[in-house]
Order: sequence, then C-alpha cells, then structure tokens
Amino acid sequence: MTSFLQNIVNALQWGSFYALIALGYSMVYGVLMLFNFAHGDIFMVGAYIGFFVSTGLVALSALGALTLPSWLILTLTIIVAMFLTSFVGMLVERIGYRPLRGAPRASAAITGLMIGIILETGNLALLGAQRVSFPALIESVTYNIGGVFVTNKKVLIVVVSLLLMFALHQFVQRTKWGMAMRAMAVDFVVVPLMGVPLNTIAALTFALGSGLAAAAGILFGVAYPVLDPYMGILFGWKAFVAAILGGRGSILGAALAGFLLGFIEIFVAAIFPSTLRDLIAYSIILLILTFRPHGFFGEAYSAKLRL
Amino acid sequence: MAESTNNSSAGRKGLSVRLGKAWEPFTKVPLLGWLLGILVAVALEQLVGTPLAHLVGLSKIPVLFGFVIVLKQPVLLPGTLLYILLIYLLPVGLVARLGAALTNKLAARLLQSPLWVSAIVHVGLLYASLHMWADISDYRDLVLRLTLIAIILTLSLNIVNGYMGEFSCSHPGFMALGAYAASAFTVIFFVEDKVFGSPLLPPALGPFLFPLALIFGGVISALGALLVAIPSFRTRGDYLAIISLAFLFIVKSLIENLEILGGPRGFMSQPDWANLPTVFIWCMGSIWIINNFVSSTLGKSLNAVRDEETAANAMTVNTRRTKMVGFQFAAFWAGVAGGLFAHVMRYVNPGSFGIQKLAEMLAMVYFGGLNSVVGSIVGAVGFNLLSEALRPLELFKWIIIPLLLILVMLYRPTGLIAFREFDIANLLKPKRKSEEEVEHAIATD
Repeated sequence: MTSFLQNIVNALQWGSFYALIALGYSMVYGVLMLFNFAHGDIFMVGAYIGFFVSTGLVALSALGALTLPSWLILTLTIIVAMFLTSFVGMLVERIGYRPLRGAPRASAAITGLMIGIILETGNLALLGAQRVSFPALIESVTYNIGGVFVTNKKVLIVVVSLLLMFALHQFVQRTKWGMAMRAMAVDFVVVPLMGVPLNTIAALTFALGSGLAAAAGILFGVAYPVLDPYMGILFGWKAFVAAILGGRGSILGAALAGFLLGFIEIFVAAIFPSTLRDLIAYSIILLILTFRPHGFFGEAYSAKLRL
Repeated sequence: MAESTNNSSAGRKGLSVRLGKAWEPFTKVPLLGWLLGILVAVALEQLVGTPLAHLVGLSKIPVLFGFVIVLKQPVLLPGTLLYILLIYLLPVGLVARLGAALTNKLAARLLQSPLWVSAIVHVGLLYASLHMWADISDYRDLVLRLTLIAIILTLSLNIVNGYMGEFSCSHPGFMALGAYAASAFTVIFFVEDKVFGSPLLPPALGPFLFPLALIFGGVISALGALLVAIPSFRTRGDYLAIISLAFLFIVKSLIENLEILGGPRGFMSQPDWANLPTVFIWCMGSIWIINNFVSSTLGKSLNAVRDEETAANAMTVNTRRTKMVGFQFAAFWAGVAGGLFAHVMRYVNPGSFGIQKLAEMLAMVYFGGLNSVVGSIVGAVGFNLLSEALRPLELFKWIIIPLLLILVMLYRPTGLIAFREFDIANLLKPKRKSEEEVEHAIATD
C-alpha cells in the first residue's frame, strides 16, 4: 500500500512534466490544427534559459549585489524564463509556421521538426557537449507521511504545475483572447473573417505553450538537475502522444492525458522490469486509442485534411 | 524606378538566355547518350584517375566529387575543380554531344522492340557506371548502397505521406521489423551462430534464397502494419500520427527486450549478401513495382481517398480497404529496405531505428517531393549525398541541412519535384525531332 502511494506521488511529479508540455502541443493543435514538432526542443530551450537566469541570479546574490531568498530566485527564474521562452515560441511560429499557412499541414510539421533539430544542434554548438547542472535552488526536505516519502520538490512541482494549468484554463475560458482562441479552434477559416486577427492568435498560442514548456523545463531542472541538448526529444514526442490522447484542443484532456501517461509509465516500471516500460505503456495507449479514437475529450470530427 | 527594374529583369533574362544558349547543343541528347557519357567518364577515372589526381595535387581520387576534400582543405579547390572538369564534366559533355546522333538512332532502334528491352539496356548501363564508380573505394560502395536503400525507404514513406495524405511516424519501426526478421531468417538458416546454433540449410544456398529472407522481413513488417492500420483507419483525422508513433516506441522497446535478438546490444553476424548488384536490383525492382502501384487503379484510389474521402466513397472506392492495402504495401517495402540495411551494415541495434531515423526519412520525402516517384529518388539521393558531403562540417551539418529543408518548405511546400508522374517511355525516347515535326517546320518556313 505504501509503495502504491509512493508510486502515486512519483507519478504525479512525472505526469506534471508531460502534462505541461502536452498543453502546448494541444493548444497549437486545437487552434491551428498543426503539429508543433519543435515543442520538445522549446522545452529544452526553456530549461536552458532557466539555467542561465537562475545561475545569474545566484551569482549576483553570492556577490552581494542583491540579496534574494532562494524561493524568490526560483519564482523569478520561472517568470523570466517563461517570458523569454514565449518569444522563442513566437519566433518558431513566425519562421516555420506563418509562411506556410496556406500550405499542406504536414509541411509546417516538417519545418517545426527541422527548427527543433536546429535548436538542439545550435545549443550543442554554442555551449559544447558537456552537460550543465541546474543550480540547487531549494534545499531538499523529505517528509515521511505514514511511510510515504514526499520531498518538498515534488510538492512544489505538482503545485506549480496545477497552478499554471488552472491559470491557463482561466485565461482560455474567461478572457477575450481565450475566447478568440476557442473560436479559432472551431473554425479557423471563418473566424478570421469575423475580425479575429489570426496571426496574433497564432503567435499567442505558441507563446502560451512555450511558456508552459519553459516552466516544465525549469521544474524538470529542479527535480533532475542535469540538462543536455537532447533532453527535449523523447519528452516532446511522448507529450505529443499525450496531447492527442487528450482530445483535440482540450486543455483538460491534455492535462489529464499527461498525468495518465506519467502514471502508466511509473506504474509499469514499478510492477514489471523497467526495460518493459515503453512496450507496455504504449501498448496500453494503443488500446485506449483503438476504443476511443478521438481521445478523451475530443469530438468526433471529420476534418478534411489539407493534404 | 521603373527603368531600373526593367534593366535588372532584362539582365536576368539575358543571363538565362545565355545559359539556355550554352545548354542548347545538349537538349538533343537522349538519356542513352548521358548514360554512355557517364560510363566513359567513370571508365576514364578508373584508368587515369589516380595519376591525374596526383598531377593536380590531390593525394588520391576525390571520393565524393571533391566535396569532402574542399571542405577540409579549401586550398585544394582549384585542383579538385580541375579534376572534376577533366574526369567528369568534359568526357560526359563530349560523349553526350558528339555521340548524340548515334545515341538518338540507337534509342529509336531500341524503342522499336518492347519498352522493357530499352529500359533494361538503360538500367544496365546505369549499373555498369555505378559499379565502376563504386569500385574505386569501399566508402563509395557503402554510400551508394545506403543511398539505394534510402530510395526504397523514401518511396515507401511517400506512399503513405504523399499518395495517401496521412502522416505516418512508424516507418523506422517497420524498417526495424524487416531488418530483424530478415536477419533472423538468414542467421537461423544459413549461418553458424552462438545463439541460434548450426545452420539448418547448407550456407551455399544462402545467396540464392536471400530474396526470400527479404520478402519474409517485408511480410513481417506488413503484418506489424496491421496493428497500426486497424485502429487508425476506422476514423479520419490525425490519429495515424500518434498511433504510429506509439507503434514505433512499442517496436523499439520490444526489440530491446528480446534477448534472443541481442536486446539493446544489437544483432550481428548477418552474412554479407547485400552487395551492390543485389541492392541495385532490389532498388530498381521497388521503383518499378511502386511506380506501377501508384499508377494503378489502387494507387489512383489512394489519391482519391486523400483528396476527398466522402466523394471517393460515393464513387465506389472502398476507402478502408484502400488505405489498409496502401499502408501495408508501404510497410512491406520499408521492411525490405530494413532487411537490406541490416545486411549492408551487418549489424543492427534498436537505437538505429528511433526518432532520429524518422526525422531523416521525413526529411528525404519532403525534400524530394510528395506524391512523386522521381521526387522520392531525387530526395533520397540528394539528402544522402548532401549529408555525406557535409560530413567534414560535423555539427554544422545538422544546422545547414535543416535550414535547407526549411527553405525548400517555404518556397515549395510539397517538396522540390512534387506531384510529377514518372513516364518511362517519354524518358527513354530519342530527343531528335520526329519526321512529322521536321516536315511541319519546313512547311511553316
């Protein structure tokens, strides 16, 4: 029982990363019907920007230029990195997606994929092959709750992720911009004719998703402090599976599917030999998709693919 | 303002006119002439290549048209250019131009017999040139074989992503299935192996039964494709993309857990049967069969399903069956390519069939062009040569190639040569004017 609860705690943390990344995929897919294959690498870029910001702040504190408590450094890091990474997202949209608005959707997916490779290689070329380690901003404290070990980092990660998801939900449901995004998700041909600026909404969608990916990257850095340029690939592709599993454009669905993916992976690894993790986890997902081909919250739609 | 634009456009026009003038003598050269020219050039390289390379200051024959040498040591640029000019450009140009009258006659004569005779002569000439070219170094041989395999892979992915208009991510998985199945087949039947024991059949039979191994690999991956096809073709939409992605993860993980196939360490001791002629024959065969497939009724119904599924259904196309058959057909060829790949490298491990391979294959398809056999060939050859030629740049190779592909996507969103049909008869016919055309020209004069 305790090991079960322990796994739930671990899965919540692991699922938070998937959920935050999946949200970015899901929004781009929902609003623009496009795959953003650069998203995993935007997560990586976010983690690296977070690394630079936090290292800079820690160095400034150490020099005595400004005295900041470490929780404030972390908060500042998350905010600044989310802000900066959202510009990376907008840049990706501007370069790789906007010029291809009238083109087949797959072409835009390919440019996204290629921008992702450029981001990885560019990082490798700029920073060299050695991995960087994320500064330890918060002291790890372990609580023992009835035999289940919960670290303050895990609590922090899950709470921050849930807060961000809630904020996103509020943004999409309550603001005018969010309404425009939802309208675009229904029909991105007619809605722009009603005076909704397509380019602005597209950039906003990419910016929001990238900001969340950056947050995921920093939280990942807090939990697993070693960063490398290729960390985004596998995370990105798996979160992509989660995003579509959640249903087209459904924020709740993407978040739930992200957590579900985390749960499946952690529990499979706990019960079976860990080498079987991907095999069993993705077989389960294949089964789910066989019976619910539109994901959890996706509506059955017959989209005419533009190729 | 207007004048200056006029001037510049006139200047550009002048250049293109001049280029066109320079090219004009060559417009009458048939394909046969070019192939003959290439054959002469590679024969020349074999005869005098090494001394000539020494003469222009190179230590040995430039293996890949001098790209690698020039990128490593830019000082050698003039020598390399001279070598390329003397060995390749000059002989090809001369033979093609001077022999044009003869080759046109020959091509016309060949076309009087059935088309396949002419096609075989052309393919034979091509093979002779490639064989001699690859004879110079093992590196050329390897690059050539891998490029030919890449052609099969690109064609196979193009069936799904181009002709069918879906987005498949599972092709590395099919390739892995084919590679492991074919390897297991040859190792169990023909090779003395630690895991599988002594061969079940005399190894001397092996090279003759090797096609069976490849077909076995193809069939296994076509069966694996059912796992993707059954759930994803029930509905329309992008579900193929993730179901196939999940399938890729499953296959990779499955192979990693099969200790009998080497697990994560990989599987080796495949016999060396995938030599250049074998790979070449399989590649030409796949081009021929896939070209026939996509221009058959089934191939056309694939296009119909892509363009408008409802309408296709109303026109009595069995959409589900069409998609399943198309997908499995593609998976079969990916499996065959995988089997060839395993026997070329003589070692496979699950890591070589991951996301990286997927990105590479997608790049080849979209670089060359969707919905086009020629496009696939151009994409595979171009991408492979480029990635070998840029190898000295190391890291920056993976910035230049993606940038190039982004540019291709921005200016030609469906690839360089998309939606073009491959007309063999037109390709092989002589390039001189037919008699009616000549008479018509005289009459109008």
